[in-house]
Order: sequence, then C-alpha cells, then structure tokens
Amino acid sequence: MTLGFITWLLVFQLLGEVISKGLDLPLPGPVVGMALLFLALVVRGEVPDGLKDTAAGLLKHLSLLFVPAGVGVMMHLHLLQDEWQGITVALLVSTVATIAVTALMMVGLGKLSAKITAKSGGPSDG
Amino acid sequence: MGEGFTQIWVYLSTTPLLGLTLTLVAYQAGMWIYTRANLNPLLNPVLIAVLLLVGLLMLTGTQYSTYFDGAQFVHFMLGPATVALAVPLYQQFKKVRGSFVTILVAILTGSLTAALSAIGVAWAMGVSRETLLSLAPKSVTAPIAMGISEATGGVPSLTAVLVILTGITGAVLGTWTLNALRITDWRARGLAMGTASHGIGTARALQVNEVAGAFASLAMGLNGLATAVLLPLILRLIF
Repeated sequence: MTLGFITWLLVFQLLGEVISKGLDLPLPGPVVGMALLFLALVVRGEVPDGLKDTAAGLLKHLSLLFVPAGVGVMMHLHLLQDEWQGITVALLVSTVATIAVTALMMVGLGKLSAKITAKSGGPSDG
Repeated sequence: MGEGFTQIWVYLSTTPLLGLTLTLVAYQAGMWIYTRANLNPLLNPVLIAVLLLVGLLMLTGTQYSTYFDGAQFVHFMLGPATVALAVPLYQQFKKVRGSFVTILVAILTGSLTAALSAIGVAWAMGVSRETLLSLAPKSVTAPIAMGISEATGGVPSLTAVLVILTGITGAVLGTWTLNALRITDWRARGLAMGTASHGIGTARALQVNEVAGAFASLAMGLNGLATAVLLPLILRLIF
C-alpha cells in the first residue's frame, strides 16, 4: 500500500463528500467518490499498478471494516427481538426473488440480443 | 476473577486501545472458525465477530460508545475502502464492455426487485418504519448500504447486520434457487449472486466458478451504485 494512493482515495472521498453535501444529493459521499474514481479510470483507460495494490489491500479485509458499526446493533436489539418474523420472511423472500429475477433477466436478455444480432446480421454482443 | 482484573479492565476500557484490539481479535477468531469450517457461509466471520463483541460488551456492562472510541479507527477506513471499490468494478467493466447494456439492465431489474420486495414483504408483515428503512438496502455491500441507510433515515448498524444475514441467505439458497430455475449460464448465475448478496454471494460464486465470481463482483459494485441512486428516489415516492 502506497501512501500516495491512499491519499488519492481520500481525495476522491473528500470530493464525493463535498459534491454530495454541496448539491444536497441523497447519495453517501464515499459512493459519489467511488463513482468519480470509476469515471477517472474510464478516462485514463487503465488502473495504475500502485492503485491496484492499494485497493486490493484495503478490500481484502473489507468485512473487518464494518465490524465496529455492526456491533452497534446492540443498541437496537429490541427491533430484532420484536420484529424478527417480519425481517426473516422479508430477507428470505427478497433474496430468493432477487437471485431468480436477475438470473432470468440476464438469460432472457442474452437470448433476445442473440436473436436481434442474428436478424440484423450485425456483430455479436459478446 | 479477582479485584485486580476488574481494576485493569476499568482502566483499559477507558482507552481506545481496548476497542481497537478487541475488534481485530474478534475478527480473527471469526476468520479462524470460518476457515476451519471450509468457508461455510453459515459461519460468517463478521457475524461471529459481531456476536462475540456484543456478548462481551453486554457481559462486562461496557457502553457501545466506549467500545467505539477505539473501534472508530477501523470504522474510519470504510470511506476510502468504498472509494476503492471503483477499482475492481472498473477491472470487471473493462472485460464485459461489449455486453454491458444487457448486464446493466439485468442488474437494475435485480436491484429494484431486491429493494421493492424487501419493502413490500416487510410492510405486509407490519414491520416498523425504522426497520423497514434499514432493510431496504440489504442486498448492497455493507459500506454502501450503511451510507444509504443513514441518508434515508434507517439505522446503519441494523443495516450492517441485515446485510450480512442477506449475504448468508443468498450464499446458502443461491445454488438451490438457480438449479431449480435450470440456469446454467455462469455469467447469469454470478450476476444473480452478486446483485442479491454482495460480497458474501461473490465469495460463494468464486468458490464454484471463476466466471461466476467475476460477474458477481461486477454485479456487487454496480448494484451498490444503482441502489444508492434509485433507493432514495423510490422511498421518496412511497413515503
């Protein structure tokens, strides 16, 4: 992890916060920062090696980073206790539905675009 | 435990060092169990770490704010890590540029399904507004989901736990669901896992197939962005 690239990540986060607050967007600052960095990479056409390593290092233990916030659930245990039935059903139904809809949509769209390409004789969509 | 230990605890619990160290130890204990269990999604390391820490804090009567004084150093890195998600997203994006529109439409449909079905079912089951708002971004990777939750009036820490539970649900039921639907395309399978259950689903997809893993990773990033943009608009329309 290089200090320079950590600094870049913080700069993008800061830019994201400024834009989010300045334009009163309902988007979290770091998410705006992520979108900005993504656009910057699209413009640049490649990821600098140092940034690749820094990002990989940071994301390797991404799940550690939300442990402190997760522990905060101890202040809201009453919500889980009172509403666990509703939460459980919503989680199960919604997760299975999302998996099914996304996969079926992808397969369906793939078939559709293959058909269109076959008709028009254009290049394959990949 | 003698009086000596209590005194040491009282001293340590006032320094940030304890919260920080406990977080790292609990996480590594979680990782140890998860690895020993052959990466069984039910033994998710974050869930184990959270349970250990909540249990310890409650047993010792320690305030969450006292713990967080130390743990905030870990928590702070969430912001730069969220920004860093752009890197794998870009790397996957570059590989699939040709069929990007197809992929984007599939993910957007999945993203809307995730939020609307969670809100709908929770509402029908009479769940409180606070919990409902915390539940809505549950399919998104935790750092982004917590930010969305905070911006839309949910409880970020409850969201973090619900996100993990969603990840586990998807990792456990995903293969079964996709097999029942006879989906054999690895790209579609990966996309579905990443959209519905973020990093935990992506880890599961990677275990099964490399292509599925790459598509899951792409879906996780795009769904994070899509939900961050769409969910506040949807909630504004509903409430």
